[in-house]
Amino acid sequence: MIKELTPGQVKHIAQLAKLNFSEKELKKFQEQLAKIFDYIDLIGEIEIEKVPETFHPTGSKNVFREDIVDDSTVLAQEKVLENAPETYKGYFKTKAIFQ
Amino acid sequence: MELTNLTLKETLEGLREKKFSCFELTKTYLERIKKFDSKINSFITLREEEALAEAKKSGLELEKAEEKPLLGIPIALKDNWVTENIRTTAGSKVLDNYLPQYNATAFARLKKAGAILLGKLNLDAWGHGSSGEHSDYGNTLNPWDFSRVPGGSSSGPGAAVAADFCLVGTGTDTGGSIRQPAANCNVVGLKPTYGRVSRHGIIAMGSSFDAIGHLTKTVWDNAKVLEITAGFDPLDATSSKEKVPQYTELLDAKVQGIKIGIPKEYFTNDVEENVKKLCWQALKIMEKLGCQLKEISLPRTKYAYPIYAVLQTSEVSSNLARYDGIRYGFAREKFADEAKRRIMIGTHSLSAGYAEKYYHQALKGRTLLIQDFQKAYQEVDAVACPVWPFPPFKFEERSIDPLQMYLSDVFTVTANLTGNPALAVPVGFAPEQLPVGMQLIGPNFQESLLFRLGFAYEQETQWYKIKPKL
Repeated sequence: MIKELTPGQVKHIAQLAKLNFSEKELKKFQEQLAKIFDYIDLIGEIEIEKVPETFHPTGSKNVFREDIVDDSTVLAQEKVLENAPETYKGYFKTKAIFQ
Repeated sequence: MELTNLTLKETLEGLREKKFSCFELTKTYLERIKKFDSKINSFITLREEEALAEAKKSGLELEKAEEKPLLGIPIALKDNWVTENIRTTAGSKVLDNYLPQYNATAFARLKKAGAILLGKLNLDAWGHGSSGEHSDYGNTLNPWDFSRVPGGSSSGPGAAVAADFCLVGTGTDTGGSIRQPAANCNVVGLKPTYGRVSRHGIIAMGSSFDAIGHLTKTVWDNAKVLEITAGFDPLDATSSKEKVPQYTELLDAKVQGIKIGIPKEYFTNDVEENVKKLCWQALKIMEKLGCQLKEISLPRTKYAYPIYAVLQTSEVSSNLARYDGIRYGFAREKFADEAKRRIMIGTHSLSAGYAEKYYHQALKGRTLLIQDFQKAYQEVDAVACPVWPFPPFKFEERSIDPLQMYLSDVFTVTANLTGNPALAVPVGFAPEQLPVGMQLIGPNFQESLLFRLGFAYEQETQWYKIKPKL
């Protein structure tokens, strides 16, 4: 069992992920995550010296297109706002992040 | 002749020969759904009136059948395919009230081809699951045995196609989510090559893994649908410009001399007896048909799942960050446990102090697995192995311990890590009539090879003719 993943760490992960948990839930996730990472630690065995990272499985890279707008693929502003619980003069309304 | 028993191919022939009308076809499928789906729970949203109206209209367009290869054909979409003005939930209460303003490209293509959308199908929320036990809209039951899981995350599509509720159930496969329900439900499921089918409008799970495919009753049916959905989409920069063949026309070619690799790591003592036996029987039939079987080794197999677990959850944590209830949907409190768990695993794997050990290590491991398969393809044309290590299990048998559930995916995740296409075909039944499926994995963009192999085998065995008693 890994010694890591303290309740403090799990709280930190929850904060990064913007998820809220009760104390009971935090404990449950701590146990589950500890067990899962204990298993995942297996990847530490793999010899990866000088091995490049794979970001795209079929090797595609830097796909560009011409900077031309195709109107048929653009949604009108009113459409985009349709599902928002709160809007203000054509803007999405969000919680304030500055005091 | 039960109309809903017919395959897509037989249905197209029947429509062409005017044996039945488009309207009658859609009506019969809807009646069947209304009669049996309350038990199975494969649909989240059913659009009865709209489908009937569209079917009626299609009947008047039969002379356009040339341009519309799926005219009048009843289909249903996994509910993570976005549909304009039709509720799309991704199986989660976070999107309980979400009405998309656009269509997924793959659906737009099927619609343009004349298909009739019956409704949206149940799934493990966000694609997070292998059994169908993690939907916020209740479990979907396996039509072959209501006490057992249909497989997931395309649980609704697997059950719906098996129960003859539609001719095509579309899906997504990020770690096995099309192949696993296909195998558990005695239907054909294709995970195409990464980039073969556009991901535009598909609610993202793991952006470097998501493959957009479908489940059908037979291999020909499956090939037909891919002809329509495959191909470059300017709205998906990861989609491929590789040419799209007429897959159905390549089916009858002989399989003589095709080399099938059998990786010994996928046939160990950990694999249930009946699964091994049925897969071997299938491989022997393929040998009889002219294929050459060759034992191969994929030595890094045991690292595939943990590599996948890190990378998939990392991508999930990023993709699910957008759900904040500001532009659409509800707030993050509505995420169920499985989503929260995966977000947490991913967030930890990416976080400062851990990213090197987990995320970057896994990215390198992925490169090695891709190389292992590329080496294998120098010796063989395709790789064959079971989809699951065991036959369909009972509800709650594996869900109580998350790690147990994750390990059901050990054989399916490699195709998502490598991007390779994989076709799941029925290979018979374990005791108590429980379906078992085998997968054929091939080099990128070799779906036609997999279809050819699957088709040849299917002609000999015709498992699709056996139907569950609902």
